[in-house]
Amino acid sequence: MSEKFDVIVVGAGPAGTSCAYNCAKNGLKVLLIERGEYPGSKNVMGGVLYRKQMEDIIPEFWKEAPLERPVVEQRFWMMDKESVVQFGYKGLEWAAEPYNNFTVLRAQFDQWFAQKAVEQGALLINETVVTECIVENGKVIGVRTDRPDGEAYADVVVLADGVNSLLSKQLGFHREFRPDEVALTVMEVINLPKDKINDRFNLEGNHGTTIEIFGDSTKGNLGTAFLYTNKESLNIGVGTTLSSMIKAKLKPYELLDYLKKHPMVRPYLEGGESAEYLAHLIPEGGFNSVPRVAGNGVLVVGDAAQLVNAIHREGSNMAMASGQMAAEAIVEAKKDDDFSENSLNRYKEALFGSFIIKDLEKYKDAAHTFETYPQYFKEYLPMMNKAMSKFFTVDGTPKREKQKEIMRSVTAEKGTFKVMQDIYRAWKAVK
Amino acid sequence: MHIVVCVKQVPDTKIIKINPKTNTLDRRSAPAILNPYDAHAVQEAVKIRNKTGGTISVLSMGPPQAVAVIKKSVEIGADLGYLISDRAFAGADTLATSYALSKALEKISKDNPIDLVICGKHAIDGDTGQVGPGIARRLDIPPITNVIEVSEVNKEEKYVHIKRKQIDGYEVIQSQLPCLLTVEKEINDIEYAPLTNMINAARYEPVIWSVNDLEDVDKTQLGLKGSPTIVGKMFSPPKLEGGKRIEGSTDSQVEQLMGILMERKDLLKIKTANS
Ligand SMILES: Cc1cc2nc3c(=O)[nH]c(=O)nc-3n(C[C@H](O)[C@H](O)[C@H](O)COP(=O)(O)OP(=O)(O)OC[C@H]3O[C@@H](n4cnc5c(N)ncnc54)[C@H](O)[C@@H]3O)c2cc1C
Ligand SMILES: Cc1cc2nc3c(=O)[nH]c(=O)nc-3n(C[C@H](O)[C@H](O)[C@H](O)COP(=O)(O)OP(=O)(O)OC[C@H]3O[C@@H](n4cnc5c(N)ncnc54)[C@H](O)[C@@H]3O)c2cc1C
Repeated sequence: MSEKFDVIVVGAGPAGTSCAYNCAKNGLKVLLIERGEYPGSKNVMGGVLYRKQMEDIIPEFWKEAPLERPVVEQRFWMMDKESVVQFGYKGLEWAAEPYNNFTVLRAQFDQWFAQKAVEQGALLINETVVTECIVENGKVIGVRTDRPDGEAYADVVVLADGVNSLLSKQLGFHREFRPDEVALTVMEVINLPKDKINDRFNLEGNHGTTIEIFGDSTKGNLGTAFLYTNKESLNIGVGTTLSSMIKAKLKPYELLDYLKKHPMVRPYLEGGESAEYLAHLIPEGGFNSVPRVAGNGVLVVGDAAQLVNAIHREGSNMAMASGQMAAEAIVEAKKDDDFSENSLNRYKEALFGSFIIKDLEKYKDAAHTFETYPQYFKEYLPMMNKAMSKFFTVDGTPKREKQKEIMRSVTAEKGTFKVMQDIYRAWKAVK
Repeated sequence: MHIVVCVKQVPDTKIIKINPKTNTLDRRSAPAILNPYDAHAVQEAVKIRNKTGGTISVLSMGPPQAVAVIKKSVEIGADLGYLISDRAFAGADTLATSYALSKALEKISKDNPIDLVICGKHAIDGDTGQVGPGIARRLDIPPITNVIEVSEVNKEEKYVHIKRKQIDGYEVIQSQLPCLLTVEKEINDIEYAPLTNMINAARYEPVIWSVNDLEDVDKTQLGLKGSPTIVGKMFSPPKLEGGKRIEGSTDSQVEQLMGILMERKDLLKIKTANS
């Protein structure tokens, strides 16, 4: 009775849908299984969708995808209690084709993307939880779901079930992640009329801004916050590694509340109406946490494989690209009718040769460095705010003297050697 | 046994917003769903078919997106689906809706004679409950409304035993087949569909008919033209105010409550069908 497919993809997020889309496009018989009421119904993202990897799958997607705003400005805030040092870039070349990136609401975007996979011939079923892979003779041959008569079979099962992938854990591909390998993030969607958003963020038409906030947004703990503009709402969120949260006894919703009331943030939200509250984990272990990604009859993609660049808040693009690489490997494997680990390792090779693993490798020590040496967030950011304040306050002191005084106060607090050491360490972690 | 269930796509009224200026439904604010009563109608058809064998067809009138409710019905267990979709049907009131649906039913029954039609008790948007009986009248079969149980289906001798909900109990009816039922939600629980149904539904493409695919249709009875209903005015009912809250220590709460009950003896009267 149970049907056999070429490919079963578990999870209709960007990784799974990308894989299903590309497999179906190549004529494979694909079943895409999603546990939510519809794709995206439970998915969470700050909201920046990168043009490049999406375009590789669907050229000129911006002409029809449900996007919020093209991002024309990116700001970075180093925030203290009552001050902020900011830098950023705004450029109108980002307001025209081919654009740079967009804000999106995942509940809409994922649904649209999954529909595209369906148009390519993938079969999508919702409200169905995959409970385990069916393994026979050391090979994954299908999945078992929570539905009556719930088995389905395939040559390859692709696990795109997101961060904390229970399915790849069951297969023994990875251990339980440590609290310093995942970030707990909470966010809120706040409705605000379009003209208010455009006024407050100094925007025209559908242009959008993203603000990444460091420092006091996490009360000095390792993590970041963000404030992004949608068409008629704002996404605001904050997260830190689970270990920081435990250590500092932070409650995520309290942190978000603190951020929303912060005097630097509050004016942007004024009068807005909270529409949605979401919480989600982000895999931030990076290079050192990437699990086994290929086995006999099985591949792991996206967040399930810990493919997130936390420093650059890139995740959805890595998910899509990895899904596409998995699809390419499956198409090749199908030609040889060989779905062994050896054959499917084509995916692993592609992944490790791509920007994904290269970027993760570049930053492999960053999170660890910043977590082990909390001074960056706890001391240097406030120092920077004080320095700026001093430098720009006009009080009759000559500028050169101000510079000296600033340097003196920084090194006095920490010692010249210590400061140099910290700078070198930070540079090494992100170079 | 051939059972046809009429299913309607409706906005999810649990979430839908009313445009305060025009007092009309803001249909964009809510996702479209299968009318909840109709889901129970399909489920009941599945229960009957599991005993008698045969085929379940579902029929819907609506825009092309209404394919979604047919697929949802296939998830629950329907075998075939028909969508009638055409500008000519747009703006139909209950009279025109039941006319169009009955014409489609006539066409369906030519291929496979219909033994039973099942509708929901009412649609959660239009809310009239008139379409089911309207269809029955046109097909000249008995309408049996407010059904809470189908206790027996005898396809050889062509009769059914039905329980109908009444204010103070239920009524047991025997009816000929074919007939038309409109069902209450309590008639069954929607079952968690097997995986094969989900896969069938994902793959299923219903038959879509335009007005010209139907036979012997009097086009003046369709859509807005065929709808004598005139919407005079729409308004949102006043918001319900929360009841009074009794607070204080347990003793004082009991005292206050007794005071209210002694004053308002009418609250203690047991409601009967006649009162
Ligand atoms: C607060 C926050 C902000 C972020 N901001 C950004 C950003 O601005 N830009 C960016 O690029 N990335 C961002 N990310 C990261 C990004 O969201 C993820 O990297 C991306 O969603 C990963 O895609 P995925 O398809 O691997 O997993 P997911 O999107 O998590 O999808 C997994 C899917 O699998 C389904 N599923 C899980 N288990 C099962 C099961 N057993 N059976 C069936 N279905 C199952 C889930 O319902 C879900 O639909 C952010 C993440 C968070 C939490
Ligand atoms: C006063 C009034 C004003 C209205 N105004 C508008 C308006 O402004 N805009 C608008 O879009 N609609 C409007 N309608 C609704 C429209 O006329 C009805 O939706 C339609 O005729 C069906 O009636 P109903 O929703 O009351 O269904 P009901 O009679 O309550 O439905 C009972 C059962 O009939 C079946 N059924 C009903 N409709 C269908 C269908 N289309 N396909 C398949 N089966 C079906 C289902 O089994 C359903 O459970 C209005 C209706 C009334 C009475």
